[in-house]
Amino acid sequence: MTKCDSYDAIVVGAGHNGLTTACYLAKAGLKTLVIEKNEQIGGAAVSTELYDGWIYSNCSYVCSLLRQEIIRDLELPRFGLQVVPFRGGVNLDGKGNYIGAYPDHYVMRREIARHSPIDVDAYDRYYQLVMRQCRFIRPFLLRPAPDPTSMKPRDIGELIYLVKRMYDIGPREVGEMIRFWTMSIGDFLDEFFESEFVKAKFAGSGIIGTGLGVYSPGTAYVLLHHYMGDVDGSLGAWGFARGAMGAISKALGAALEEAGGEIRTDAGLGEFVIRNGKVTGVALENGDEYRAPIVASNMDVKRTILHHVGRDKLPGDYVKAVERFKIRGSSGKLNIALDAMPRFPDLPENGEIFQGDFACNTSLEMLERAYDDWKEGYWSSGPYFDMLIPTKIDPTLAPPGKHMMSVFVQYAPYDLNVGGVRSPNNWTDEKRDAFAECVFDRLSLVCPDIRERVLHAEVRSPADIEREVGLTEGNIFQGELTFDQLLFNRPAPGYAQYNTPIEGLYIVGSSTHPGGGVMAAPGANAAREILRKLGKTTAMPTVADDEF
Amino acid sequence: MKLFKSAAKPVAVARELLPTPFFDKLDAVSLVKNWHEWNGYLVADVVEAVGKEYFAIRNQSTLFDISPMCKYRVKGPDALRVMNRLVIRDVAKIGVGRVGYAMWCDEEGMVIDDGTVFRYGDDEFMLLCQEHMFTWLHDCAWGFDVSITDETHNFCGLALQGPTSFSVLKEAGLESVADMKPFDLREIEPGLWISRTGYTGDLGYELFTDSQYAHQLWDRLWGAGHKLWGLIPIGFDALEIARLEVGFLAPGLDFQPVHVVSRINRGRTPFELGFGRLVNFEKGHFNGRRALLKHRDEGSRYHLVRLDIEGKEPAKDAFIYSGRDKVVGHVTSAVWSPTAKRNIALAELEAPYGGKVKNGLWAEIYVYKEGAWQRRQKKAVVVETPFFTNARSRKTPPDLF
Repeated sequence: MTKCDSYDAIVVGAGHNGLTTACYLAKAGLKTLVIEKNEQIGGAAVSTELYDGWIYSNCSYVCSLLRQEIIRDLELPRFGLQVVPFRGGVNLDGKGNYIGAYPDHYVMRREIARHSPIDVDAYDRYYQLVMRQCRFIRPFLLRPAPDPTSMKPRDIGELIYLVKRMYDIGPREVGEMIRFWTMSIGDFLDEFFESEFVKAKFAGSGIIGTGLGVYSPGTAYVLLHHYMGDVDGSLGAWGFARGAMGAISKALGAALEEAGGEIRTDAGLGEFVIRNGKVTGVALENGDEYRAPIVASNMDVKRTILHHVGRDKLPGDYVKAVERFKIRGSSGKLNIALDAMPRFPDLPENGEIFQGDFACNTSLEMLERAYDDWKEGYWSSGPYFDMLIPTKIDPTLAPPGKHMMSVFVQYAPYDLNVGGVRSPNNWTDEKRDAFAECVFDRLSLVCPDIRERVLHAEVRSPADIEREVGLTEGNIFQGELTFDQLLFNRPAPGYAQYNTPIEGLYIVGSSTHPGGGVMAAPGANAAREILRKLGKTTAMPTVADDEF
Repeated sequence: MKLFKSAAKPVAVARELLPTPFFDKLDAVSLVKNWHEWNGYLVADVVEAVGKEYFAIRNQSTLFDISPMCKYRVKGPDALRVMNRLVIRDVAKIGVGRVGYAMWCDEEGMVIDDGTVFRYGDDEFMLLCQEHMFTWLHDCAWGFDVSITDETHNFCGLALQGPTSFSVLKEAGLESVADMKPFDLREIEPGLWISRTGYTGDLGYELFTDSQYAHQLWDRLWGAGHKLWGLIPIGFDALEIARLEVGFLAPGLDFQPVHVVSRINRGRTPFELGFGRLVNFEKGHFNGRRALLKHRDEGSRYHLVRLDIEGKEPAKDAFIYSGRDKVVGHVTSAVWSPTAKRNIALAELEAPYGGKVKNGLWAEIYVYKEGAWQRRQKKAVVVETPFFTNARSRKTPPDLF
């Protein structure tokens, strides 16, 4: 039945990080197998045709964090990956006002001046500070997180590097940095801006994917996480993968196969085979077994450890650390096929900025209220959405003249509250429809005819995302991006270098440093660690010191 | 196009840059009004934003005004002989209804220019190029039975390039281009010529018609493509990125057209530019043949090569080193390739570098960062194939996107 049941390395889960790890291992000469429970590879980076003629990026929907160093190193363009950036973006208040994000500085100043002249210079200050922080943090994306308790030369070297970078940015900025990493996006924006509408425009990036509100500490860093991506050297720029997000996975899959790796789909993991504290392979749900001394899990840390290893094989404090790892579902997604472009009566004629994302954030208060509903276990009655119409740019996703709309919605709880009982099982079809209606109500504020344009809509609650993709609680980052679980604390103290207490078992997904987003950095960093332990020194991509 | 102002009084030539037949159309949609001069005409550097325009070339479709390009019609019983005397390749192998890339040299074998040869009929050709060739063509045609006319100013052209360009033509009622292969040329409707050619390396066509029909042609393509297939006009800056990804040469940058330089040693042979394969010594005499034979046997003095340079900063104007301290050449064009995600360049190296010696090359790049210059030595690797290739550009019939 199988060609061979013995490998040098097995990667569990064909998400973008798992595929990236597998590519590097295969390129280093390891006989590598990837197993994936779904019928298509990609995990949360997929292109799916759910309605005839329409391709949805039905989970993750934009890429910018995807490290260019990795794209270049793995030659993904040769395997068909084309990243097409979009610029701009617009926030509407639903009452006739809008504020756009223009790439040209002087235009952006004019745009802010329309709303609040005092906020114009403030924007420059704000932008400069955010960019400075991005420059500081970007080199760390493709480096291992140093373990401050370790005395190993490499960890000490990494710590020295960190201190040196801090010294370089200056004493005042170090203070700013610590503030930035721990404070709320709401407080941060309040320090700069006066206009509520202007603040609301910038706040979205601080909460996206996170079970926190705009005034929760730690959300300023989440904004940074979304800004530090870049497309073609323009920091903070976002892009689509031509042919939807699955194009990334497809290119990674093709690169892997060229490097001699194998992929098996419809092959869900039963459990890791562990003997005497060492992993020796995997047992699939269908009973097949594959042996390998190295097994890399692309699943989040909770799923990996709590579902597929079992606490009897692990130290208690590690299990505790994994159990307390915050990984809360906070967002849902609507993917909509449209028979024509909806009308946006509050926006001027089509321009570059209207190819970007749309939001309807009226104020920080509105966003905080949206969070309040979620805390109680309800979806927001006035939700935050991040909406895009990728067909404005990508001609491959829908028939000409027709469109596809991707609506990321926040907040939506994983364990929905019905009559005081909170459970993911409460997400019935009826509840899902009611959630969608609530989102359409909100969308109607900016495009009143949206309901008439709909041909098909896929509605995904956090519970659906968990069930279909495997992300615990439907958390898109495989664990929240707050300071308590970043760097050497991600996912657990002492195990931040992609290792686990089980020898040979690695975690290579977004639960590890540097975290979530279709970035592929955890996958590449993990491969570097695995190869280093094997004594193979392979050139891995880095962000060069002089590139920022 | 009026090159001279007509009046009863003594006239002066027009001092202003002249609008091309498409200028009004471009001006109407240009958001940034960023123009420059090309052959006395106003053409766009940028229409809206370079990034948007570049990505439309690789993702949707684009219109670029190529009207100012020099266009010479060579017609008559000896047309083939004249063309074969002019260029280094065998023009007899370019069939009727086909287009071929060509270079031509002076008697020393130095490249005068490169361009495309359109074969309209057995005895009729059109030469499209950057440099002015009217006099040179007459020189070459001396004693032959041909007529040579300069059509530069009365024949306009649009390059329609990008993966949805076939869809745009289809929507515009020109679906019959479907079976045209790369480098095919056809009079698709009376007075409207289409070739499947371009300067981008992507799926694309070039459309030519009499200038009086320019607006009609523009409106027809715009109406068909803008809303449905993302068709937008582009300027030079976006095109420059695309052509470098494929490795097309730009006269004046990647080589110096020998007729316009005062320093005669700036001339380069086709071998030195990497186009030795085009030279056909078997076809009989042509300009520069004897000199080129000698150059072939003696070997190239220079090599124009494609470089893949580490890092992200384009190696614009960089010196190329062999090892750490020996300068062996310089970059002629450089750009970050947004599609290949590579830092690419064309560079001219002194032989044997870039030829027999391909390893150990470094680019010295100077980068200005907020008030300070940084000097960076980055590894440069010679690449033999284009940085961008895509099956869709050659597929017949083409895909819809």
